[in-house]
Formats: sequence, structure tokens, C-alpha cells
Amino acid sequence: MVLGNCGILFLEIKSFMVSNIRIISRLDIKGPNLIKGINFEGLRKLGDPNQFAKDYYEQGIDEIIYIDIVASLYERSSLLNIVRRTTQDVFIPITVGGGIRSVDDAREMLRAGADKVAVNTATVKSPELIHEISQKFGAQCMVLSIEAKRTAPGKWEVYYDNGREKSGIDVLEWAQRGCELGAGEILLTSVDMEGTGKGFDCELTSAVSRAVPIPVIASGGLGTVDDFEQVVKVGQADAVAIAGALHYKKLTVRDIRTEALRRGIHVRREVLCQQ
Amino acid sequence: MPTVTIIDYGIGNLLSVARAFEHCGANVVLTDDPAKIIGADYLVLPGVGAFADGMSGLTKRGLVEPIKAFAVKERPFLGICLGMQLMLDESEEFGANEGLGLIPGKVVAVPSVGINGASHKIPHIGWNEIRTPNDVSWKETILETIPDKSSLYFVHSFTAMPLLHEHRLANCYYNEQLIAATIRKDNLYGCQFHPEKSGQIGLAILRRFLMLG
Repeated sequence: MVLGNCGILFLEIKSFMVSNIRIISRLDIKGPNLIKGINFEGLRKLGDPNQFAKDYYEQGIDEIIYIDIVASLYERSSLLNIVRRTTQDVFIPITVGGGIRSVDDAREMLRAGADKVAVNTATVKSPELIHEISQKFGAQCMVLSIEAKRTAPGKWEVYYDNGREKSGIDVLEWAQRGCELGAGEILLTSVDMEGTGKGFDCELTSAVSRAVPIPVIASGGLGTVDDFEQVVKVGQADAVAIAGALHYKKLTVRDIRTEALRRGIHVRREVLCQQ
Repeated sequence: MPTVTIIDYGIGNLLSVARAFEHCGANVVLTDDPAKIIGADYLVLPGVGAFADGMSGLTKRGLVEPIKAFAVKERPFLGICLGMQLMLDESEEFGANEGLGLIPGKVVAVPSVGINGASHKIPHIGWNEIRTPNDVSWKETILETIPDKSSLYFVHSFTAMPLLHEHRLANCYYNEQLIAATIRKDNLYGCQFHPEKSGQIGLAILRRFLMLG
């Protein structure tokens, strides 16, 4: 038995850790720029998202997530351009979210080269959109993005519009409902920890991961490799999204991969081939 | 420069597959024209989603017989993900459905628990290592240039079960459950993983495919 730093007792590494944990870079977009904020506020421009994406791809990231945090119709073409440019030289799965309000919006993103769409706000307002996208393009395309804010011990509320609006919906109930409606994955962002670099809300991740049979991507709070270890071992995350720690070069993809392997976490081993 | 013909049958994202082949130095033709399919040098059947939708997409466009006609010519064929599953005789996804029958076998659901009874997440999503089965060599196949235990990107809920061991070119294990990662009969190949989404290793497989005679 091991006592995790989060104070939760757990028996060995989770028994169903059967697939490699995915290391994902999350790039939040505003207009043509990569940005980063704290708790979804205080935004800073960091540069050209395509350059960051290509750099992470070359470093061996497993997937990329783009989230347009403004998601206005006016900026849509800018996001589509970023996706189109990325798919020209980045050959790993790409998820795109922000402002997807209909099956047609989802189709537009997929046609631009996205492999999956992440939908949040629109599904809170009309949950049937989850079912429609899943039916039309397959569950593997439909990532339910949940912004969760802690309201009481063991309780979280669903927020939307990038952490600005509260819905009154319980996160665990919403995760289960989303799963029943056909979501293939959950992108779970802690509104409380997002951008802080102070670690994940492991209790939240673990509660959602145990509540649904689909993979959960933990997002919001990674500052160190310890945080990565915690959210996998204690939080039972199936994938980990990293933003600021990579963008500000506090960590590299290789640091995380090497250290994760050393700590007994199954991540993709980099195997390069002769070509 | 080799020309790759990608079958456009209204299912899935063909763009990624097209861009990956272009990146590997191929000309790409996206088509649902039966004549172009029969006459292709390299034929690729991509696809994500449900088996029945895939077969009905092919049937509606009158492409089942042209694909079978191509297959007997022994020119290189690659099915990816759903495209691989369609190569088999039948699938039990949402009731029995007939496939293309290019390689004997069937498609079944990935078991929702491991050999040890422990549950796992479905779909099987992520990078998983592929391995050479016993008595099988990757020499002179599309996997020739990649190392054993290379990691590739999978996303699927169903899995191909080729009838004959000799048609398994690579396996992977999901919670100890055996998954056919690559199947092969002569020049007909199927990959459950997405080579177009598996970084440098995936691109190496596509490049090797383009060198098949």
C-alpha cells in the first residue's frame, strides 16, 4: 500500500491502467495567437500556435488539443486556418474545441483536419448535440469538455463559457449523462486549478474517472512531474493535458516522458526508426 | 512518384490520410469512381465509425465489386481502422453484417474486461506497442523498417479476428486482450491503428507501403 501525496490511500497502481497514459499538449487560442491565463483570466499572448504545435510534435507529444477560448463566429476562420496549417506537418491526433454549436460546426472542424471535436457550452444548453455528433461522426470524435468548479467537499459544479458561467449541474451526473449520450472521451478541466501550476484537483479526476467507462483527460494545474504522477496514480486519469508548463518551458515533453517511465507510469516509449 | 488512390465513400476524415501520403512523397487521388479504383496502383480504404455504415457507403456507390476486382490483381492495398475491419468476412457490430471478404475472419467487440477480469475503458484509445507474433517475420512487409514494440495510435471498440494465424502480421495487447494490429494476405494489408496519426513511425509504415511492388 502506498500513501499518495493527495492523502488518498490507494492499493498499488490502478489495476486498469492498461493503456499507455497519453501526454497531450493543450493550446488555448485567441484569434491567431496562443494564449495562457490563470483560472481562465489574465490572458497573455505567447505566439504562433502552429509553431508551438510543431515543436511539441517533434518533441514527441502524443496528441494536441486546440481550444478557442473566445469562440466568436468572427474568429472562426482564424481557428480553422490554424487547424489546416497544423495538419500539414503534424501527424498525431488533433482535437479542436471552442464555439462548436452544431453538427455543421463539428463537420467544418473535421474537414479542416481535426480528428475530434471538444464541445462544452453548447452541450450544456442542448445535451442532444452530444448524441447528434456521436451518431454522425462516431463516439471517437465526440469529446465532452467539462469545466468543473469545486463547490463543497466531493462536489463540483459544471461551468461553461470558459469558466465564466455556472450551470447548476453536478459534474458527476453530467459526466455520466454525457457518456450515455455518446461521448467518447471527457476533457476535464478544473476551473480552480487551471493555470495555477499548483497541481490537479485529483479528487475531481478520480471521481469522474470512476464514474464513467470512457477515458478521462485531466486538464488544469500541472506544474511539475509530481503533479503528473499524482493525477495518474491518484486521479486515475487516462490522459494528461499540459499547457503552461510546456509553453513557458518549465518542462519538456521528454522530461515528462522519461520521468514518468522511471516512476513506473506506462507512457509511450519513444522508438525512432531508421529512415 | 507513386499515385495512391484513396476511396472516398462518405465516411471518416480522408484529409489526414491524404496529407500523410503526400508528406511521404505520393500523389493522392480521392475518388469513388469504380474504374479508378480497379485501375489503381496503390489502393487505400480508410474510415472511422460503424461497420454497417461503412459497408452501406461502399454498396451505395457500387464499390464492393471494384474493390474485390482490385484485390485479385495483387497490387498493394491498405485498409485503415474501419477500412481494415471491412476487409474481413463479417462483423457482429450491431447485428451481423457482411464485409468485403478479402481476408477470412470476423470482427468482434473488444472485450470490456481483461483476461484477469479487471475492467478497462472502451474505446481502446491511445498509443500501444505492436509485437511480432510467433513464426512471423516483418521482412519485406510494410512493417519492415520499424522496430518491434513500436507504439502506434489506436482508437477502436471492435477488433478483427483473422481465421488464420498466418494472416496476423502484428498484435497488440489491451489489458492482456489480444488485438490484431496489422493483418496481411500477400499484398493486402490492414492496420487497426492509424499510421497517419502515429508520428514518424506511422509515416515510416506508409513509406514502406509505397515501396511494395
